[in-house]
Amino acid sequence: MLCISYNFIHYVKPSLELPGLFSVVRMRIASSADSSSNNSRSQMIMADSGSSDEVAVICNTDITSTESENNLINTMVERGTALLKKMEISVAEADKRTGKNTVNMQETYTVYLIETRPAESVSEEGTPAAPDTLWRRYSEFELLRTYLLVTYPYIIVPPLPEKRAEFVWHKLSADNLDPDFVERRRVGLENFLLRLASHPVLSNDNIFFLFLTEEKGWREAVLETGFQDKADSRLKSLSAMFRVKNPDKRFTALKHYSEDLSTVISQLLRIRARVADRLYGVYKVHANYGRVFSEWSAIEKEMGDGLQSAGHHMDTYAASIDDILEEEEHYADQLKEYLFYTEAVRSVCRKHELIQYELEMAAQDLSYKKQQKEELETGTVRIFSLKGMTSKLFGQETQEQRESKVAALEQSIQEGEDALKEKNAESQEFVEKAWNDIERFNEQKEKDLREALISYAIMQISMCKKGIQVWSNAKECFNKM
Amino acid sequence: MSGATVPADISGHMLDLDEDEDLEVFSKNTSLADGNPMPNSPDSMVNQFRLDEENEEEQQGAINKDIFVTVDNPESHISAIETFITYRVVTRTTCSEFDSSEYEVRRRYQDFLWLKSRLEENYPTLIIHPLPEKFVMKSMVERFNDDFIETRRKALHRFLNRIADHPILSCSHHFKVFLTEEELAPHRKLGPGFLSRMSETMRAMANSVRGLRSKLEEFAVMQAYVDDFSNKMCSVDKVTNRIIKEHREYMDELKQYGPTYFQWAESEELLAEPLKGVGSCVERCSKETEEQIQHLSEVLVPTLHEYVLCADTLKAVMRRRDNIQAEFEAKNEALASRTTDKEMAVATATGGLNDKERESKKLQEEVDDLADRVEQANNALRGDWSRWRTSMRADLKSAFISTAAKNVDYYEKCLAVWESFLLSQRGESMEQRNGADAS
Repeated sequence: MLCISYNFIHYVKPSLELPGLFSVVRMRIASSADSSSNNSRSQMIMADSGSSDEVAVICNTDITSTESENNLINTMVERGTALLKKMEISVAEADKRTGKNTVNMQETYTVYLIETRPAESVSEEGTPAAPDTLWRRYSEFELLRTYLLVTYPYIIVPPLPEKRAEFVWHKLSADNLDPDFVERRRVGLENFLLRLASHPVLSNDNIFFLFLTEEKGWREAVLETGFQDKADSRLKSLSAMFRVKNPDKRFTALKHYSEDLSTVISQLLRIRARVADRLYGVYKVHANYGRVFSEWSAIEKEMGDGLQSAGHHMDTYAASIDDILEEEEHYADQLKEYLFYTEAVRSVCRKHELIQYELEMAAQDLSYKKQQKEELETGTVRIFSLKGMTSKLFGQETQEQRESKVAALEQSIQEGEDALKEKNAESQEFVEKAWNDIERFNEQKEKDLREALISYAIMQISMCKKGIQVWSNAKECFNKM
Repeated sequence: MSGATVPADISGHMLDLDEDEDLEVFSKNTSLADGNPMPNSPDSMVNQFRLDEENEEEQQGAINKDIFVTVDNPESHISAIETFITYRVVTRTTCSEFDSSEYEVRRRYQDFLWLKSRLEENYPTLIIHPLPEKFVMKSMVERFNDDFIETRRKALHRFLNRIADHPILSCSHHFKVFLTEEELAPHRKLGPGFLSRMSETMRAMANSVRGLRSKLEEFAVMQAYVDDFSNKMCSVDKVTNRIIKEHREYMDELKQYGPTYFQWAESEELLAEPLKGVGSCVERCSKETEEQIQHLSEVLVPTLHEYVLCADTLKAVMRRRDNIQAEFEAKNEALASRTTDKEMAVATATGGLNDKERESKKLQEEVDDLADRVEQANNALRGDWSRWRTSMRADLKSAFISTAAKNVDYYEKCLAVWESFLLSQRGESMEQRNGADAS
């Protein structure tokens, strides 16, 4: 039974406390004492220690950015997984390293600290036990994901946060080493791990478990699985141009949907970035009022005080846009995650197409062989073949030769039938597993995006409230002019 | 007739009710008035003002507005030579100087220019509200663009009303002629013509080259203020125009942003509804932004612009005052050198004493006249200065308050839009929860 412990969304009006339309209990795990990082922790999903199979859904819409600015608005409606019951996972910090890369050149790269902690330790009173930690760099995350893509071709594997900053507007840095970008990526990586950990199938994967627990030797373990071989076939499926005669309508529809979704989210992100840019301009220009009013107030007697204080409010107004837009980046990140998800959806569809194609090929091959056999037996040539023509022209085969051919064909037909049966089973299994995951994904997507839209509305509300406050204050000051 | 508020029966017709500034100036001024009993008749008030220039600061609050002017109904006139716009000027008055109580004439921009220069000539050190500019080079190419005409009409309306409000200017003969005569052309030919204006300008130039002997401290302070004020007004005006520009660009982007949500909604099922919700919120907000921009353009920008022009007016007034003083000083010096000549002449020739005496006397009279003129000019400026400061403060204050209020209103409207979306989603989620629990 799926139970959603989903409480309320609580937003705090800067000056007054309003009974919220919604309010949420935001679960923040107390940071472990040894964490000295300035980065606030984002949330962890914690398994309910209660009797049921539920996972607490945490929906953070607290808009005061003084609290954690890293809170991803994550509503993961997940079924409880065994992994999550065992441990808490977080990506706590980011750090810079320098080292030699594959071409033996010095490079600077970022590493991320993964912390895991046995779940039981938190429910005790007092400080929780110190977590196990290890460091991973982005390329290792990529390796993990590639492995999962290959090993579970029917699963929509959660995407990684972007490698390079896209959809930036002018204030936002496109530099990979920029601390804001690193921070947002840290949050994205944590989200990635949590998505994996809450996935009914992927959470049970051993390589994933080792990724979280074994710093050394993990790479070797991955390579040992031999997933590289399967990787080739996957590449083939992605790039091949083949036509399926009887495509599965559901998969076709899904593929088109994911293409549409990809297009529309990209467009949305692009325009949103432009809107953010323009809004930034509007707010920042008001700082000029602050400067001019201040200068003007110096030459006025009665009007001076009012002007001066109004000017200060203009400065406040201009400065407020930074936090506002920073928060909106979280919304953009949520949309981006689903933009990247569409890739994963498409690759499942294409994998299915490949299987379908192979199935059709196998069936076609079999029926061709059967026809051949029939022809040989009855002597009729229905299928044109060079051999058939030449034998017609240059004489028949002997009875003996014909019988041995038939025998060979029967063998081949038998193999073909086995192969077809296997392919059929493979296809059915794939379709079943895939649709299972697709339905799970759709549910997740709908809940997540809905929450994202709601949190966007909350951000807008917060922005409006700040605006009301500043301009009301300014109006008071103008009144005193 | 009470002067505290605009009489209700007339207000609907007379004053353009958009012009809050005018109304507020009144109410501000009456609250400033202290002690003076409300005069009963316009005539008595007018006479009082003619005599008592010193009391202007007090009495400007008590002024009874007895001339009500509207400028409206622009029409274009096409003739063989030119095309121009005329405006209808309607006057209603109880002032006894006027033969009738209602007048309606048509005037073109040139006529307003004429009036202004006449007033400047007769009252060189009074601060006359600026006229809108001849043409705006920046954005509008067409002189007959509707927005341009409307902006100009409003400014012309304010111009005439400021004169009607002014205790001294409202009694000007030229003002009366402007408001009442059907044809202005014959009157434009009368009065000091082009040549006399030229000579005046040249005298002024000569005097400015010479420079002033001494300037009263108060006018030096005034001059410094005027220069600073001019700078500040230009800056505020520039910033405001920049804000409008940024707002417009923001609004343009918003107009593309909203539809994207609707587009997305087309490929979704359960998500379609919240997506459309967000899309329509964005659209509503972009409409509010449009209104916000319009308000800025209609309230704050014209006010700031007028005070930029005012600053130029002030500079001109200060120049004229300086010129009057310079003229006096020049004549005064001439007299002084004459006197020593006279003494020498007396010493040498007793015969031409009478002529010399007469000449000196004449010069002395001229110097005395100029001294009076300086005195008058300074007093006029002093009185009008505080009057101008008060109305400047009131105008700018009210424009800024109005802008801030509009911004608060804008955010409140957007807040309501987003909150109602949130409310609708809460209803949704409640349903879903009930549905989920039930299943």
